[in-house]
Amino acid sequence: MAVLVFAEHDNQELNDATRAVVTAAAALGGDIHVLVAGSGAQGVADAAAKLDGVTKVIHAEADVFAKPTAEALDALITPMMGDYDAVLAAATTTGKNFMPRIAAHLDVMQISEIIEVVSPDTFVRPVYAGNALMTVKSSDAKKVITVRPTNFAKAGDGGSAAQDNMAASSGPFKSEYVSEEMSKSDRPELTAAKIVISGGRGMQSGDNFHLLDSIADKLGAAVGASRAAVDAGFVPNDYQVGQTGKIVAPDLYIAVGISGAIQHLAGMKDSKVIVAINKDEEAPIFQVADYGLVADLFVALPELDAALG
Amino acid sequence: MKILVPIKRVVDYNVKVRVKPDQSGVDLANVKMSMNPFCEIAVEEAIRLKEKGVATEIIVVSVGPTQAQETIRTALAMGADRGILIQTDDLVEPLGVAKALKAVVAEESPELVILGKQAIDDDSNQTGQMLAALLDWPQGTFASEVAIADGAASVTREIDGGLQTVKLQLPAIVTTDLRLNEPRYASLPNIMKAKRKPIDMKTPADYGVDFAPRLQVVKVTEPKKREAGIKVESVAQLVDKLKNEAGVI
Ligand SMILES: Cc1cc2nc3c(=O)[nH]c(=O)nc-3n(C[C@H](O)[C@H](O)[C@H](O)COP(=O)(O)OP(=O)(O)OC[C@H]3O[C@@H](n4cnc5c(N)ncnc54)[C@H](O)[C@@H]3O)c2cc1C
Ligand SMILES: Nc1ncnc2c1ncn2[C@@H]1O[C@H](COP(=O)(O)O)[C@@H](O)[C@H]1O
Repeated sequence: MAVLVFAEHDNQELNDATRAVVTAAAALGGDIHVLVAGSGAQGVADAAAKLDGVTKVIHAEADVFAKPTAEALDALITPMMGDYDAVLAAATTTGKNFMPRIAAHLDVMQISEIIEVVSPDTFVRPVYAGNALMTVKSSDAKKVITVRPTNFAKAGDGGSAAQDNMAASSGPFKSEYVSEEMSKSDRPELTAAKIVISGGRGMQSGDNFHLLDSIADKLGAAVGASRAAVDAGFVPNDYQVGQTGKIVAPDLYIAVGISGAIQHLAGMKDSKVIVAINKDEEAPIFQVADYGLVADLFVALPELDAALG
Repeated sequence: MKILVPIKRVVDYNVKVRVKPDQSGVDLANVKMSMNPFCEIAVEEAIRLKEKGVATEIIVVSVGPTQAQETIRTALAMGADRGILIQTDDLVEPLGVAKALKAVVAEESPELVILGKQAIDDDSNQTGQMLAALLDWPQGTFASEVAIADGAASVTREIDGGLQTVKLQLPAIVTTDLRLNEPRYASLPNIMKAKRKPIDMKTPADYGVDFAPRLQVVKVTEPKKREAGIKVESVAQLVDKLKNEAGVI
């Protein structure tokens, strides 16, 4: 039998998170098929066919997949599961939204946000905001798994899988997509960036984030934030790093005016190098920082900006 | 319309849990327990819908130990009308909870079920979506705004790239994100009043659900500890270290 991987994309490009999911799928053993559900997504299907280790791409085209609801993806994937031992998707807001529906229909427990495949039925996942790691063994016949993308290598482009087209159910559905308000940025995406610089409540206002923007542009970094900064309206919700925001693991994470609550640490403590800039030398963020600078950020940031040339 | 709000009793979000030396789990002895923060937001949202005249009754339900009555009392003190406790000392997985909730929905016929997006102990982020599937209802997860009109719910969702709005036919499932609202504190008079509000005590057998776990916990371990590094004296030293020692810029 085989393993099904859900390809995440925007109908134009394959999301890099999918590459990590393919790597996790390979650890389960068996053929890997990738499902591309989209609208005008031939380019994505072609990209998926090149992924290392993928033997087949299943391409389902339908208008509802332009912006698929959980309901529509559930209606597509659940009937396919007769042919698969497992289905995997990235633990993004997309994967988290529809995957549990499939698990419930199959009467299995989803295994959420795995960080390691121990064996085809045993996985490691963080619980309690990452303060504990739980190894679980699933007794269910079929596995429904979401994968934390930062913990798996990204599959390369050495493959050439066959492509199959598949008809999709067109509903009727009880939910419909209405609109989206996406934050626009020329900077790299938070979860994909090699360097992330995040601001917290200490930034005092959204306007002050330009201090981070300028440094980010020089470093090719993404800009993130703590929950406090998002709640205060300094930056949009998709900037939030943490237990309930985005999980990042860049080469360099710079936390500015962030105290280091466990919920924030949960989202960034796997970064390779952590820098903290905070005026309070007792701030818990210093306990995880490789390099700590006790300073007023309004002095330190312009200096850092100048030092980077 | 009736609103059902499932609430979970969890370790308080301020507690840094410790893993037990025998790796069987985390140490919960003498640890402060509270209502899951996302569930508080769900209760608050239901109360606001009642205050707006959209909802008529708010029922909170918890699956958990006898002490979860305290959690239910907290919700009643905030403004929910009555509670149901499905009492069990077993650890119940989201699939089991969703099945129990389906049975409660069959009994109570709410038009809206508002859950937290995630319980901060198991970090599963599944129960609402599973319940939606079991009921064949539409869902609006990670909500930062909910508006009810003409038999439909318009839900603004926090997604990776920004915000998305979906329209759901009622009855529907909503799960809450952090910015949906700021939960109120219960006032003293309301805490007193809540003591007289009813809590229905039930057992899993009353709903005919099987809570046998599907995931066997092999072990629970501590994550690799990060050592604190050094303090640098200046921005110049920081830049030098990042360039020449860490090699990351
Ligand atoms: C259920 C739940 C989920 C949560 N999820 C998340 C999450 O995903 N992500 C997240 O980040 N948080 C999350 N939180 C919130 C978390 O508990 C903290 O409240 C939050 O991370 C604090 O943000 P902060 O560090 O920016 O603010 P604060 O804790 O207020 O810290 C501000 C810091 O800035 C420093 N500072 C102030 N002025 C200056 C200056 N001029 N120069 C230098 N330093 C300065 C201060 O010394 C302080 O350390 C969650 C909480 C709950 C209950
Ligand atoms: N034992 C429980 N009792 C009542 N509600 C629960 C329980 N477990 C989970 N829930 C609900 O489901 C949400 C998500 O939990 P989870 O899927 O475990 O992350 C919670 O915020 C609650 O609203």
